[in-house]
Amino acid sequence: MQNPYLELKDLTIRFGHGASGVVAVQQAEFAIEEGESYGLIGESGCGKSTILRAIAGLNPHYEGRILLDGTELPKQRGKALFRKMQMVFQDPYASLHPRKMVQNVLIEPLQIMGMDRKQERIDAILSDVGLDAGFRYRFPHELSGGQRQRIAIARTLIVEPRLLLLDEPTSALDVSVQAEILNLLNRLRRDRGLTYLMVSHDIAVIAHMCDRIAIMKDGRMLEKLTSQQVRSGAVTEDYTREFLAASAPAVAREAAQAG
Amino acid sequence: MTDISPSPRPSTLRAWLTDPHPHSPAQARMQQLWRMWRKLRRNGSALLGLTILLVIACAAIFAPLVATHDIYAQDLGNRLALPSAEHWLGTDELGRDIYSRLLFGARITLYIAFLTAIISAPVGLLIGTLSGYLGGWVDTVMMRVTEVFLAFPSLVLALAFVSALGPGINNAVIAISLTAWPPIARLARAETMIIRHSDYISAVRLQGASALRILVRHVMPMCVPSVIARVTLNMASIILSAAGLGFLGLGAQPPSPEWGAMLSTAREFILSNSYVAAAPGIAILMTSIAFNLVGDGLRDVLDPRHG
Amino acid sequence: MTPEPVLSVRNLNIRFRDETRVTHAVRDLSFDLGVEKLGIVGESGSGKSQTGRALMRLSPPSAQITAERLRFGKLDLLKASESQMMRIRGNEIAMILQDPKYSLNPLIRVGKQIAEAYRLHRDGSMRDARDHAMAMLEKVHIRNPERVYNLYPHEVSGGMGQRIMIAMMLIAEPKLIIADEPTSALDVTVRRQVLSVLQELVEDAGASLIFISHDLNLVADFCDRVMVMYQGRALETLPSAELGRARHPYTRGLLDSLPRLDHPCAELAVPVRDPAWLDAPSGQ
Repeated sequence: MQNPYLELKDLTIRFGHGASGVVAVQQAEFAIEEGESYGLIGESGCGKSTILRAIAGLNPHYEGRILLDGTELPKQRGKALFRKMQMVFQDPYASLHPRKMVQNVLIEPLQIMGMDRKQERIDAILSDVGLDAGFRYRFPHELSGGQRQRIAIARTLIVEPRLLLLDEPTSALDVSVQAEILNLLNRLRRDRGLTYLMVSHDIAVIAHMCDRIAIMKDGRMLEKLTSQQVRSGAVTEDYTREFLAASAPAVAREAAQAG
Repeated sequence: MTDISPSPRPSTLRAWLTDPHPHSPAQARMQQLWRMWRKLRRNGSALLGLTILLVIACAAIFAPLVATHDIYAQDLGNRLALPSAEHWLGTDELGRDIYSRLLFGARITLYIAFLTAIISAPVGLLIGTLSGYLGGWVDTVMMRVTEVFLAFPSLVLALAFVSALGPGINNAVIAISLTAWPPIARLARAETMIIRHSDYISAVRLQGASALRILVRHVMPMCVPSVIARVTLNMASIILSAAGLGFLGLGAQPPSPEWGAMLSTAREFILSNSYVAAAPGIAILMTSIAFNLVGDGLRDVLDPRHG
Repeated sequence: MTPEPVLSVRNLNIRFRDETRVTHAVRDLSFDLGVEKLGIVGESGSGKSQTGRALMRLSPPSAQITAERLRFGKLDLLKASESQMMRIRGNEIAMILQDPKYSLNPLIRVGKQIAEAYRLHRDGSMRDARDHAMAMLEKVHIRNPERVYNLYPHEVSGGMGQRIMIAMMLIAEPKLIIADEPTSALDVTVRRQVLSVLQELVEDAGASLIFISHDLNLVADFCDRVMVMYQGRALETLPSAELGRARHPYTRGLLDSLPRLDHPCAELAVPVRDPAWLDAPSGQ
């Protein structure tokens, strides 16, 4: 890889100290190119979200190095870095302030970053995520899960980041809404040339969204594959195989038997 | 799930308040208040409490108009009189009209209660949210101080402060405020510790918001509803503390018609002329209950988890 | 189907009424359940969970439930007294919920909770109940029942917790089990294990199962029949094996909206919803 946009070197994250401490992530390493979409997959507790939070700057207690655009990220992040990289959270019911109107949710990052043409930007971003201007004056509890996640995505994109960290962005949503949000994320990536790092427990979602995929287990990166390899089952680890078998949908199997 | 029957008879104001597509921030906020009011309206006991409070507030405001006698005018020839057409609730040991004194007493009671709330709520909120959000040694120091205040029964602590500051209504307010903020601080701290780990706080952190901005704009608005509800519930104990101080002669001073002071002087005659003590006693009880009912209702209505 | 269904539902309607509006959560739902596994699938707001609760008469007080028939064996569930329902719940109809963490008492050892469940429904000594509970733990494939018996709920993993719930719910040998998203909180590799335990026990006991889930594939894999619900209405009921050949546009839409490993595509299909579905005759 020539110039990776995001690079992890020997990232280890521990929770607690001494004997009672737990190693949540052990020597994770990967590099993502600009415009690429990279996926981390594993079961609960495998450390995938922990990596994401460390990259975002929500957890400064890590060992190893995180490089963005060739420069190492400091543990305490400044405003400039948050304009380059943003994060979408798993649960859209928890990630929006319950008492803030949509307009205030969207205007806040613009105020913090000191950006101009605030009203124009809000209108533009709302239409970009497929919501009409009428949503400006709504409160989160009036919105459906899918609409909330669209607002959460709009909030991250309004500061024009280049890297989006996606923490299971659709696992709390219905499948039809999941399809809408995944389509939206793919379109935004194409239109804006974004780089994605996505975490999920659903291998079909990750394979749909990402070019390259790392399988994680117990804090380790077990195997790195392309989505092609995942689709064709060209995997080396038993755990990955078991994971794939458990995830294969019944209808697909049925079709395979019939065909 | 779909709505089958929209609201009946939509008036224009009602339509504006229930329009699913608000057109301005003001409209959206009014709609939210409207929904809260509708929720409160369904709560019978809160409504009863609110009605009692309104009656007491009106009594306090219009006391000079509805009072029948001069509250300081003594009539020693007609002392400890039973309720009659002349004196609706009878007279006290100096022949003063109890009904009129009760009305003016409401002013003092509400004055103490609201002033105490206005002093103690912001102090408790500030200390609690700071302590909960910053954590570490700030939290340790602030919470130990809070616990010192909590270790004493509030009336005993208020007594100590009043004896240091000297008796009087304003000193009673200060003393009661000093005892009223710690429970609020504890509540705000507990709420803040939950809030600061939530995703929406993480999200604003990732937007580069400073700790101060997060605290003031995001954490405090989430704590305010429960603090308001808690303060309303505390009103009852504030009133009782005020009455207690008055009763012990350390709050409002005679001949002020403060309810606790009235009760205190009526105590001498409680066996022979019990109605003299009953009137201020019932007034204190009703006000306390009313505040409790309203506080309970507010807690349900203001909970942001149910819009 | 057997001439006498275990559960017979005709035109079940559930409405929620508040001051200004009526929410119609379940509309004219009809189905018969034999000794089989019926999957009820739908997205949030489809009324699938409300249906399960109504069968246990555990709907919230604001719910208005009407039905032409809501019959469990010989018993009319709509007319049964509360004390009759108390006997039915747990004894004859059991319910397994999504997260065992909320269904187990956090202060009591799990084995004791299973034993108590046994004693509640079958009179017997504590000794006897303990033996049965231990046997039940073995049946749900817990390798070391002696050790697990003495654990507290917070000490067991999600998958084991759900197996303990299954043991607790099935120890009274109910005729009907309602499982509401029993594996949604579990990881994929654990999910399989829990499902196979549930399947084994349900089949051994000859009980009927209603399996409520949002996951079409999971239900198709596990159940004999699938009923697809949308906004309170059953749109389509069909044997699981024929799910791939579902006809209703909503069922098709749900299936097509899932990303598939074997069918890479640039854009996922988003189901189109037609309000006319709510008025069409119920899909049987």
